[in-house]
Amino acid sequence: MSTAIPQGRRPRHLTIGRIGVYAFLITAALFFMLPLWIMLVTSLKPMDEIRLGNILALPVNLTFEAWTKAWSSACTGLECNGISVGFWNSVRILIPSVILSITAGAINGYALSLWRVRGANVIFGILLLGAFIPYQVFLYPLVRIFSTTGIYNSLLCIIIVHVIFGLPTMTLLFRNYYAGLPIELFKAARIDGGGFWTIFFRVMLPMSTPIIVVAAILQVTGIWNDFIFGLTFAGRENLPMTVQLNNIVHSTQGERAYNVDMAATMLAALVPLVVYFVSGRWFVRGIAAGAVKG
Amino acid sequence: MAIVSIPTAVATSERPVKNRRINRTRLPAALALLPTALIVLVVYIGCMLWTVRLSFTSSTLLPKLDWVGFAQYSRLFMNDRFLVSAENILIFGVLFISGCLILGFMLAVFIDQNVRAEGVFRTIFLYPYAMSFVVTGVAWQWFLNPGLGLQKLVRDMGFENFTFDWLVNQQMAIYTIVIAGLWHGAGLTMAILLAGLRGVDSELWKAARIDGIPTWRVYLSIVLPLLRPMVVTATVLLATGVVKLYDLVVAMTLGGPGIATEVPAKFVMDHLFERNNIALGTAAATVMLITVVAILAPWIYAKYVRPQGRPA
Amino acid sequence: MSTVSVRDITVAFEAVRVFNGLSLDFEAGEFIVLLGPSGCGKSTLLNAIAGLLDISEGQIWIGGQNVTWEEPKDRGIAMVFQSYALYPRMSVRENMSFGLKMAKTPKPEIEKRVKQAAELLQITHLLDRRPDQLSGGQRQRVAIGRALVRDAAVFLFDEPLSNLDAQLRNELRVEIKRLHARLGKTTMIYVTHDQIEAMTLADRIVVMKDQMIQQVGSPAEIYHRPANMFVAGFVGSPQMNFIKGRLEDTGSGPIFVSGQRRLPLHGYTFTGSPSPGQEVVLGVRPEHLKIVELGAWPGFSVDIIEPMGADTVIWCSDREGSLQVRTSGDIRLSAGDHLNLGIDAAQISLFDAESGQRL
Repeated sequence: MSTAIPQGRRPRHLTIGRIGVYAFLITAALFFMLPLWIMLVTSLKPMDEIRLGNILALPVNLTFEAWTKAWSSACTGLECNGISVGFWNSVRILIPSVILSITAGAINGYALSLWRVRGANVIFGILLLGAFIPYQVFLYPLVRIFSTTGIYNSLLCIIIVHVIFGLPTMTLLFRNYYAGLPIELFKAARIDGGGFWTIFFRVMLPMSTPIIVVAAILQVTGIWNDFIFGLTFAGRENLPMTVQLNNIVHSTQGERAYNVDMAATMLAALVPLVVYFVSGRWFVRGIAAGAVKG
Repeated sequence: MAIVSIPTAVATSERPVKNRRINRTRLPAALALLPTALIVLVVYIGCMLWTVRLSFTSSTLLPKLDWVGFAQYSRLFMNDRFLVSAENILIFGVLFISGCLILGFMLAVFIDQNVRAEGVFRTIFLYPYAMSFVVTGVAWQWFLNPGLGLQKLVRDMGFENFTFDWLVNQQMAIYTIVIAGLWHGAGLTMAILLAGLRGVDSELWKAARIDGIPTWRVYLSIVLPLLRPMVVTATVLLATGVVKLYDLVVAMTLGGPGIATEVPAKFVMDHLFERNNIALGTAAATVMLITVVAILAPWIYAKYVRPQGRPA
Repeated sequence: MSTVSVRDITVAFEAVRVFNGLSLDFEAGEFIVLLGPSGCGKSTLLNAIAGLLDISEGQIWIGGQNVTWEEPKDRGIAMVFQSYALYPRMSVRENMSFGLKMAKTPKPEIEKRVKQAAELLQITHLLDRRPDQLSGGQRQRVAIGRALVRDAAVFLFDEPLSNLDAQLRNELRVEIKRLHARLGKTTMIYVTHDQIEAMTLADRIVVMKDQMIQQVGSPAEIYHRPANMFVAGFVGSPQMNFIKGRLEDTGSGPIFVSGQRRLPLHGYTFTGSPSPGQEVVLGVRPEHLKIVELGAWPGFSVDIIEPMGADTVIWCSDREGSLQVRTSGDIRLSAGDHLNLGIDAAQISLFDAESGQRL
């Protein structure tokens, strides 16, 4: 065979380079999977096994006890009602915040891209700069404003905060999307007599599905994963899941129940993970779109 | 000439009328932007100025509007906790951004080698980015804790003297935060750079193959310079993450051991809401603001100001 | 001097096999144009010759060497691309010398070759610029320069002029032809969908469609004796007139009949033996229809006149349908005028109506 006349397909050898490529990728994949794996197996083990056994090993005595405990009876500070409280709080914060911030972003983006309002670009410029400013710069005065108006530490308060700090990204997202549509569409609608809101609802909004999906992915993961706003503005009654999780992990008296901690962590990671796996390539598009901040 | 002058005359005489009409049709647009304008004015500008103003007062539990000059700033720069925070954010920022870029570029290049199960690898590398910093912190804290985590794992395998106690080691704890940060953010860089790699003109690759240029050399000399916009995008995104670094530290080390992993964002939060030292907290926040603006300014200048001065 | 020979090759994409044993020989020093509409496989064939695409069966020989398994860089070829494929952020000089540097060519030698190529292409003054500071035409010159310095025996061009505007295209076309004459011994294989490039540049044209070779021949052969209706229709502008009809035998030789239009075929050289009653298509180029006082085909009236400067295209019709006639630019006719057409059987092409093959 070695003296064969070169003919047809070039023979392929499994070269060292090829093996190296896969070796690197698989090693990297193991590194990235590791935390998820140990969270999962730890959450399924009883405490004795955790203390004595191998952190990577599959559970010998498989038990879902930690999951039930994490969900309904783990202590988050003084109360011991599990992380389910935080889950439902997060849901109640998430839904109105996502809807309102996307609506605001769509209207802003539409007004900024297609209607030349004087001074609008200055507003937009400041908004974009605001996206880079650390939140700590705004927090204390905001707290004061909310306490004076009497809505501090309420669901309404945290929702408003999410809408405010979602504005830059959402506005940019929609502005770029509408600016990318053929301008003739808008001109034709103007000639047909459409006003600001008619054109928005009849022409622009029906074409916005892709960008709304991207915006929703960004906001759902972003707001669900928020910690600092929830901690500062939501109030004791409405603490989101991330804050509750942190409390569970750091507030246990006596021995730490690692299996319960890990089950709670898995529960807190569930929603964004589902969004991630369901949305697939859209997720990448979302973070890339959110990234072009200029 | 006569023909030209007529429309000019008409236009000037009608201009005010026309303008009023446009203003009326644009009114709803202006109204729609009004809430955002108010938010910008009150929150983004107002709150920022308020914070800066508070940093020149002697406020403790409650805000006062006296004037103590730069007293809070001199206290701040003598405060160990703040100095450690500043040093930590520098270490974290440099290692995290460069680490994410290098690891992300390598992942992207290796995935680009026409590998099987590309989608699986991509999914695995990016999923951490979907998780919150709290989850990330808790997970890595568990894996790196010396008692039951990695150190015990290796010792149980027979390496009795193996030590990996960075998490509880004053000198090394900040690096565990970097590791967790890398795990969270490298996939993002990979995704952005991979999209860039896929956009490279395929004829460029063909030309390089005909010229007999080794693959690694093509990536370094030809492709990487082409990816500059993506690298900038990724860097900006990672940098905003660095400035916001707070949840990860809270979940992973609570700033400890001691004050070994304190960061500026946490310093501000602690002083505003727990240590009842509003003036010092807002002074630290103002320092953060100035740092960000100083880093941002050249970039904004290069991106928006300079291109306008240059002919297209 | 390098011949290129493609022997029984097949290229397999995932589920599709193309070419199925295609063979083609290129003479040393020849300028060959692969011509066809997009998707006809001409670029695929070129990439296979370059080694940028693995073939699944067959062999490729360049300069008497079997290079089927060779890397592109070891095949003694150079290639010019449609998108220029210049390395961005490298100066023109670096672009031209990068490949040589990789091949560890000594520095003075590199400089000499770059200098020569730059002078030949008149881009010496551009050597220190970056690709993004060059115009399209300049970029393509640099791309050709990068190919030149490789000192290759075979040049491959993949639609090199398609991204340029019409005037530059003409300019560079002449330049490429001059280059070929100047280099003398270089084999050039050139892919295009532009028939004018093909006609003006080629020693031989290979017309392709649906991954099959339709005809190989000199530009004159392709133009005057197209092998089938596809070639006849694809080459030539305005397009050849096609007239459906039938062959009849009147005893004094075959006659083409289409309604009232009749044409005795004494002057026509058949490639096969036609049978009377056969359904055929007569093809005649617009310039081969003559406006005459007393013609074979009377009773046409002018529909539209398209003056093109040097010549004029006249659309005229009779009851059977419309035909295009190309005539001199100074003709004085207007819509509605009547005219008679003369036609010479020696200048027509006859195709079998069913297979489309030349008769």
